[in-house]
Amino acid sequence: MTNATQEWPLFEIFIRGQHGLSHRHVGSLHAPDAEMAIKNARDVYTRRNEGVSIWVVQASDIAASSPEEKGSLYEPANDKVYRHPTFFDIPDEVGAM
Amino acid sequence: MYAQMIKSTGEGVKSLDEMDPQERAFQERINAGGKIEPKDWMPDGYRKNLIRQIGQHAHSEIVGQLPEGNWITRAPTLERKAILLAKVQDEAGHGLYLYCAAETLGVTRDQLTRDLLSGKMKYSSIFNYPTLTWADMGAVGWLVDGAAIMNQVPLQRTSYGPYARAMVRICKEESFHQRQGYDIMMKMAKGTEAQKKMAQDALNRFWGPALMMFGPSDENSVHSAQSMAWKIKMNSNDELRQKFVDECVPQAEYLGLTVPDPELKWNEERGHYDFTQPDWDEFFDVLRGNGPCNTERLEARNKAWDDGAWVRDGLMAHAAKKRAAKLAAE
Amino acid sequence: MSDHLFEYLCRMGDNTLVLGHRVSEWCGHAPVLEEDIALANTALDLIGQTTLWLDLAGEVEGAGRNADKLAFHRDVWDFRNLLLVEQPNGDFGQTMMRQFLFDAWHLLQLKALMGSSNAQVAAIAEKSSKEVTYHLERATDTVIGLGDGTEESHNRMQAALDKLWPYVGEMFVSDDVDAAMFDAGIAPDPASLRPAYDALLDDVFAAATLVRPQDDFGHKGGKSGKRHSEHLGHMLAQMQWLQRAYPDATW
Ligand SMILES: [Fe+2]
Ligand SMILES: [Fe+2]
Ligand SMILES: [Fe+2]
Repeated sequence: MTNATQEWPLFEIFIRGQHGLSHRHVGSLHAPDAEMAIKNARDVYTRRNEGVSIWVVQASDIAASSPEEKGSLYEPANDKVYRHPTFFDIPDEVGAM
Repeated sequence: MYAQMIKSTGEGVKSLDEMDPQERAFQERINAGGKIEPKDWMPDGYRKNLIRQIGQHAHSEIVGQLPEGNWITRAPTLERKAILLAKVQDEAGHGLYLYCAAETLGVTRDQLTRDLLSGKMKYSSIFNYPTLTWADMGAVGWLVDGAAIMNQVPLQRTSYGPYARAMVRICKEESFHQRQGYDIMMKMAKGTEAQKKMAQDALNRFWGPALMMFGPSDENSVHSAQSMAWKIKMNSNDELRQKFVDECVPQAEYLGLTVPDPELKWNEERGHYDFTQPDWDEFFDVLRGNGPCNTERLEARNKAWDDGAWVRDGLMAHAAKKRAAKLAAE
Repeated sequence: MSDHLFEYLCRMGDNTLVLGHRVSEWCGHAPVLEEDIALANTALDLIGQTTLWLDLAGEVEGAGRNADKLAFHRDVWDFRNLLLVEQPNGDFGQTMMRQFLFDAWHLLQLKALMGSSNAQVAAIAEKSSKEVTYHLERATDTVIGLGDGTEESHNRMQAALDKLWPYVGEMFVSDDVDAAMFDAGIAPDPASLRPAYDALLDDVFAAATLVRPQDDFGHKGGKSGKRHSEHLGHMLAQMQWLQRAYPDATW
């Protein structure tokens, strides 16, 4: 068993599919650099469907909210229920919206 | 299952009242069907158990490439070759997703790999059995992937977010594996005399090892009880094994093949098949490293890792040079 | 004419068949999971292309043979693949160098075939070229990365290039079949692809810090079928064994 000097860094992969509106996190993988991460993502996560867009971000570069902030970050929005479509009662006659 | 012999570290399941407030909140979140995410607080035991379980699961996918990979270059038609290759490739992907899930718990893939290669970490006993004829590709897809799916579907609801999400992706891809295996079995079982013989022989050899995939009975195990409380194990081993037998028997009948168990019969009262337990002595032998293929499997993985070191290092060195050149140019 | 076209289609299909087989040998043994998955994708593309080329070959021949019949029931002397693609995998560097040397030619060939006077040939080329564009991109990156990587990876890539170089020339020599294809507007003159091929190689080798061998000697006998290497027979023994051992079975 030989040990490689350094493990390939971890990348987080975001993909926008053909009909997707925005990039979605699909998983992670290892690659020597960002360019190879895009190629690896194409092989691993899209099995190479044409027409997709791939973003990669080195995992160590991602800043994430910490769980303790959960309350302050997410609670204020909870009372703005009007932001959610189900808040509004739309009469049936109007049709799908 | 793919993680057959996970011993949890707990001494038994604590009641909510015995827990400190932090642990209690954690357990209540799980009880309510909530997900635990990487940065959330979690008990040490939960983290350790998960690393072992997800790691073993990942190792099983990777070592699991080998018995089927053994037939890619001998597949009898171009289409069968493509299907088998795509299937074995999927297993590599499953290993990759699972290693990534484990990495969110603070281990690296390289660490886990080293523990596999040194024999410190285990993988499923099933992959230490040889694939001897083309019918084995049928039997493995039908029985081994069938057993795996039975375990993996409920794990989509497991409490650890990254693990659950990996399982969702895996289950989506897994759906064709069992079907392609059964499709091979149908062709074989309805084929020439020689093909029928191969099909029956494959079922004979894989039936017992497939039953072992669920692990020994754990009805009275405190370890299992803890894992179930944490929702990293969703069903008991016996429960899943019974479900597997109940599903497989009619499938074997449809093929016109005989399940190699003279005691197998429908129990009207229980509403299940009665069946003979697999040879648990053999199971423990395999786990100790004495299965028919343990040595070859670990050798193959070690060779791939050792032979690949210069490639991993080489591409890494080039990436570093590129970065340096870019910095210098700025 | 249809004999020549049959020959030509076998050349295309046997190249992808034999190389696809070689690449599939890596499954489960690659240096890292990401590469394992990528290699399998390449092999899957090549196997798919094989079916298209050899089915068409069987159709042109008109003797009731399909791709499987051609793949599994011909002997070494019937195979029309380049010697390059039947060479053993060697280490990962040799595999990727072989892939690069082939892909660079393959893509030029397919691009030319997209303008073929034969609509079926043009359609297969069109579909394949999308896949092969990516194969070439990936192989190029790997050859550059490893050539320019560590001292060890550099030495291994140079050794791979030196070893495989004598199999490059065969891609550009012309014979009766090629002449007939060219006259019919079906396929390009092989020699016409060489300048673009050389230009690409020069760029890539420069980036990879690899030295292109001086001697342009080229082995021949693969695409004509006159003299394959010993490796092909062993590959076929493995690939065709089930079909040959149980000729009355369907799978
Ligand atoms: Fe599996
Ligand atoms: Fe799997
Ligand atoms: Fe599977």
